[in-house]
Amino acid sequence: MSLGLFFFLAVLAALSALGVIAQRNPVHCLLALAVNLLDIGVMFVGLGAVTVGFLQIIIYVGAIMVLFLFVIWLLNLQAEGFSGYLGLKLFGAIGAAALAAEFATLFLHTSRISTPGASALTQGTITTLGRHLFSDYLVAFEITSLLLLAAVVGAIGLARRPPLSAGLSAAAGSDLATAESPRQMSRSMSVSAEQQTTTPRAGSA
Amino acid sequence: MTPISYFLVLSALLFAIGVLGVLIRRNVIVMLMSIELMLNAVNLAFIALGRQVGSIDGQVIVFFVITVAAAEAAVGLGIVIAVFRNRATVNADELNLLRW
Repeated sequence: MSLGLFFFLAVLAALSALGVIAQRNPVHCLLALAVNLLDIGVMFVGLGAVTVGFLQIIIYVGAIMVLFLFVIWLLNLQAEGFSGYLGLKLFGAIGAAALAAEFATLFLHTSRISTPGASALTQGTITTLGRHLFSDYLVAFEITSLLLLAAVVGAIGLARRPPLSAGLSAAAGSDLATAESPRQMSRSMSVSAEQQTTTPRAGSA
Repeated sequence: MTPISYFLVLSALLFAIGVLGVLIRRNVIVMLMSIELMLNAVNLAFIALGRQVGSIDGQVIVFFVITVAAAEAAVGLGIVIAVFRNRATVNADELNLLRW
């Protein structure tokens, strides 16, 4: 990856990441995050990890972003002001700046201690990635399928409505406590049904 | 050819921006997005270091991290929906039922 392309992608990534945490509308945050993920995916391809780069674009931008967007629209979230404790925000800003400075100084020294690697195995094609996935990392790969199954079951169990049968049985129990209420209820329902059927005729007549 | 340390510095910057987003934003969904930012920063460090060492293990680990991130987003958004149904808010400051 050439230096000019790297700086273009790096500036775009930093700006879009700042857009994620600075925008007020959650949908705009999501769009900035999509730009950031696409940017990092292009950077992966430029670094030789072709398969992982395309997987990043397909899974993140294609699936996870749509999931976020669906939830934002489902909850009907509007633009919001910045609320909360100012002291915590100030502390967070100082802490994040210190963290960035620490990581940067740490990483700037890694080029001295790391060996300049032989660039023989840098192209992450599907063949090489799949060979490693199904030989060295086979157990982790199978456990990943279990993780995905657990995530599917857990997400459905968390996000569904409370089961309807529990509400019905509670209503039936309260009806049984007052003995004659089912008959009364059915009688009143039939009466109301008759009224409903008769009133439009009267109105039309 | 771009030096490896540039990628690592960019990764550190993105990670710090993600940490900042989790700390200063109170919307739970935006906090989840910031967590995705942090995961991506770590992925970038994995890919860059794997290329530097000449090994493909970094890419395999990034593959698993992407999978875990997908599962985390699904379960996290499910929790957000469940909380919103009970409390009608996604503001993290108002979810203080466990605070003594």
